[in-house]
Amino acid sequence: MADVVLKGLNKRFGDTQALADLDLSIRDGEFVVLLGPTGAGKTTTLRLIAGLERPDSGRIEIGSRNVTSEAPADRDVAFVFQQYSLYPHMTVYDNLAFPLRAPVRKLSSEEIDRRVREIARMVRIDHKLENRSTRLSGGEMQRVAIGRALVRRPAIYLMDEPLSSLDAKLRAELRLELKRIQKELGSTLLYVTHDQVEAMTMADRIGIVAGGRLLQVGTPREIYGNPASLHVAARLGQPHINLLPADLLPGANPPPGTKTIGARTEHLDIIVDANANSKVDWIEHLGDQNHLHIQVHDHKLVTLADPHLTIRPGDRISLTLRDPLYFDASGQRLG
Amino acid sequence: MADIRIENLRKQFGSFVAVQDSTFHVQDGEFLALLGPSGCGKTTTLRMIAGLELPTSGKIHLANEDVTFNRASARDIAFVFQLFALYPHMNVRKNIGFPLLSQGMPKREIRQRVEETARLLQIDHILDRSVSGLAGGDRQRVALGRAIVRRPKCFLMDEPLGTLDAEFREVMVHELRELHNRIHATTVYVTHDQHEAMAMADKIAVMNHGVIEQFGTPQEIYSKPASMYVADFIGSPPMNFMRFTSGLRTGARSISLQGVDVSVPEVHQDLAEAELALGIRPEHIRFSDASPLRGAVYGSEYLGTNQVVAIETSSGVIKARVPANRNFRIGETVGLEFNPAKLALFECKSGRAIASALYSEA
Repeated sequence: MADVVLKGLNKRFGDTQALADLDLSIRDGEFVVLLGPTGAGKTTTLRLIAGLERPDSGRIEIGSRNVTSEAPADRDVAFVFQQYSLYPHMTVYDNLAFPLRAPVRKLSSEEIDRRVREIARMVRIDHKLENRSTRLSGGEMQRVAIGRALVRRPAIYLMDEPLSSLDAKLRAELRLELKRIQKELGSTLLYVTHDQVEAMTMADRIGIVAGGRLLQVGTPREIYGNPASLHVAARLGQPHINLLPADLLPGANPPPGTKTIGARTEHLDIIVDANANSKVDWIEHLGDQNHLHIQVHDHKLVTLADPHLTIRPGDRISLTLRDPLYFDASGQRLG
Repeated sequence: MADIRIENLRKQFGSFVAVQDSTFHVQDGEFLALLGPSGCGKTTTLRMIAGLELPTSGKIHLANEDVTFNRASARDIAFVFQLFALYPHMNVRKNIGFPLLSQGMPKREIRQRVEETARLLQIDHILDRSVSGLAGGDRQRVALGRAIVRRPKCFLMDEPLGTLDAEFREVMVHELRELHNRIHATTVYVTHDQHEAMAMADKIAVMNHGVIEQFGTPQEIYSKPASMYVADFIGSPPMNFMRFTSGLRTGARSISLQGVDVSVPEVHQDLAEAELALGIRPEHIRFSDASPLRGAVYGSEYLGTNQVVAIETSSGVIKARVPANRNFRIGETVGLEFNPAKLALFECKSGRAIASALYSEA
């Protein structure tokens, strides 16, 4: 395992600037998630680190070694793709053992066997080691694909939306497992996704990417609680952050230049009150979380309903801001 | 608009029973979600209502008319598949008006109806644009417009949002529901996504192996699950189960879990000793140092306003949804307390819920 440092990376495909001046350091043993929409430059970053693409300019260091011009095979990275790519004619065991059997590794068969069984247990596929890989469910295949990356001990694991092809339940299960395995192995991992829940729940630090640029890097709590811009604030949180004109609600203390106020559930105080400034439109019962849809003049807000407060559609409520986020006309955070 | 009445509907493909014996009623203006995993019979049910499949037995009434053996075209319904299918060479106006044109409606009336529909969907400003240049959201609105312009008796939708990525899907879920609030069209919506069903539907039918396991409002399905299958399918994370072996008597108000007495809603049936499960929703768990029910933190997932903490107990890993303002260490021992009024009990072998005060309260 090792530190990975990216300095001033630029990459262009034709007219598209896929990456612009990207700087990022990933510490040894750290789980970093790049979060952004399709086309933001996430996958390009992974491919540059792996050596599948060459940067137009900039520098890539793995374990303090400049690898920018090295071939992929010399970089000591393991890549997990979105679609599981297993050898269909091999058993689960042989799929997992394959990366270890490469002649350059010179591992004894006892050592290979030990590692395969250890990883199979971690990704919970040890009961199917003798199955052909084609006789597995989608979730099992993806666990084998992740396991096959994990049997090696590369400088860094690169994962490109490895859970996106799985159903919701399995995805939730594997999120927790992947995070545990990464901590257990102490591995360095760079993971890209467009799913904010994956980023929030697994990352030690999240990097928010858009249009080839890295907008902010920080722990999930920092990014959620202390976003640098409107764009970043809107990437995290369910329901979405409410964006309001500065003078819509009382309780704010906007610094000069404030154009927009960002208010999440924790920035809104609600009191049921007949002479109030707002009205409850409807309540979206999602079971564990109920969303309150509120109308304030011409604006609509969505907030999580407090389970201890009885509110019905049509109720008048008074809505007050408590330490919300302030943004200027360009969307930068103020104060 | 119209109601849909389904009676003892059954569909067999060879020896495979896709739908066993469904009976339910969608009221006029209601939004019903048919929810379940692939192969549960939800799409087959929808296709029978549409007239794309004929039932093996049973009846389908649409607005008090028996349409069981009517042809699809004679049923006055609109079927919405994946929303993206538009005619690329036509502009927005022509795309929306096409179903009326093929009905032979006069041009002036078409124009009026198309404009009305476009206003409803807030796309009246792009009526004369080509559809090929439109952004994803507007394309979906146009496709929806084409479905609603005919004003059919009801809408049938088969996973219309299936291919969208997460953030955009959220937006469309709200738009679809708001559209429904405006036009109140009777709607049957097929999905495997419990979140979509909970967010949009007035009623949900949870299906499993061709059988409707439970039919009710989203709140009923969520807080009073009829079976372990329903309890597990709904909720993210789903309901936790802690297994124990015991008999039960009518009037019992507590059970013994790992030797600890746990208060439960009053039991309303007698049961011989069997393997049972206590069902606990993640948001009904609190941490309390004083509680004798112990577990060790297995992992935690920060979600902003709150977090989901996984705890390893001697009855397996359970997940709690708690405020985000406390940090947990992996391995840390915690005491667990449950909201006694919200707990469910199940018989593990049949998976059925045990009758209790939870199910009898309004």
